[in-house]
Amino acid sequence: MEKIFHLWVYLETTPLLGLGITLVVWQVAVSLSSRLGNGPLANPMLLSVVILSSLLLGTGTPYSAYFQGAQYVHFLLGPATVALALPMYSNLSRIRRSARAIVPALMAGSLVAALSAMVLANLFGASHVVVMSLAPKSVTTPIAMGIAEQIGGQPSLAAVFVLITGLTAIMLIPTTMKLLRIRDMRAQGLAAGVAGHGLATARMLLVSETAGAFGGLAIGLNGVVTAILVPLLATFFAP
Amino acid sequence: MLNALTLLVVCQFIGEVAARFLGLPLPGPVIGLIILLGLLIYRRGPNQELETTGNWLLRHFGLLFVPAGVGVINQIDALRENWLALVIAIPLSTLAGLATTALVMQHLDRAEDAPPGEKGD
Repeated sequence: MEKIFHLWVYLETTPLLGLGITLVVWQVAVSLSSRLGNGPLANPMLLSVVILSSLLLGTGTPYSAYFQGAQYVHFLLGPATVALALPMYSNLSRIRRSARAIVPALMAGSLVAALSAMVLANLFGASHVVVMSLAPKSVTTPIAMGIAEQIGGQPSLAAVFVLITGLTAIMLIPTTMKLLRIRDMRAQGLAAGVAGHGLATARMLLVSETAGAFGGLAIGLNGVVTAILVPLLATFFAP
Repeated sequence: MLNALTLLVVCQFIGEVAARFLGLPLPGPVIGLIILLGLLIYRRGPNQELETTGNWLLRHFGLLFVPAGVGVINQIDALRENWLALVIAIPLSTLAGLATTALVMQHLDRAEDAPPGEKGD
């Protein structure tokens, strides 16, 4: 028994446990979701978060102990975002040709996504901190956390909203595009990047490289637009 | 693999430094993306190694969000207190953002692709 206790003390102080469990649970979630037929709710990311959260809550492990190991996976978000330059490069001529459509579409989508979230949340009684953490939910995690902090939101809450938004976008994209008769992969990709950041873009990349390229472009541009726009919008919502 | 990963990290590093130094409203990785894109244009494309490593990272993008997602366990109270507003605001605003972007994009792009005489559809 004492041996097990010492082992546990050791494991809690190394990043090995947090890193290992993240990778193992991800593999399990991937095979589980393909067995469930890759449906919208069978998303490996969602499954992994549910399984890992239950494990942490069940064993009473604090998030900080888990993150000590998981941070190595989290860190790769940065290099992976840089790597979005690859699909963008292969679609450079397509992007150039659509430049005049991209800018207005992006500005309109960015404004509508942020403003509607703030207005609706405010209307249905969300606290000021929650409204301010929701405002940047459509942009990539690091910039969303920065914006939330700047306007009086909670960075870690913003990170959770970013994630839920990305998953929501993945679930909504197929039906929305079918109903609106959007067959153009450029428009679908751009919309995925504007409303659902890297998570929805990565999903679109599995369907079409063109959609992935336009999504990658949207993530970058939406980051800039939102960083300028949301602090202005925030001034209309008094604490 | 290692060369490519080094290049990606260096691009991000320069991006982070530039963002802080110049006070840009852009996250470091996004500036890194722009730097890499510039490099790819200059070199006329990635080498095999960068292509393989980059696409490997992009295929597992979902995994990279998992650690931040598990952070939800520290926010359960905030989610419980505001659940109604969140259940309404997140899906509706995401839908509105998706629809607006896609409709404006498809409409303008079609107008641009069409020959001059057919623009006013």
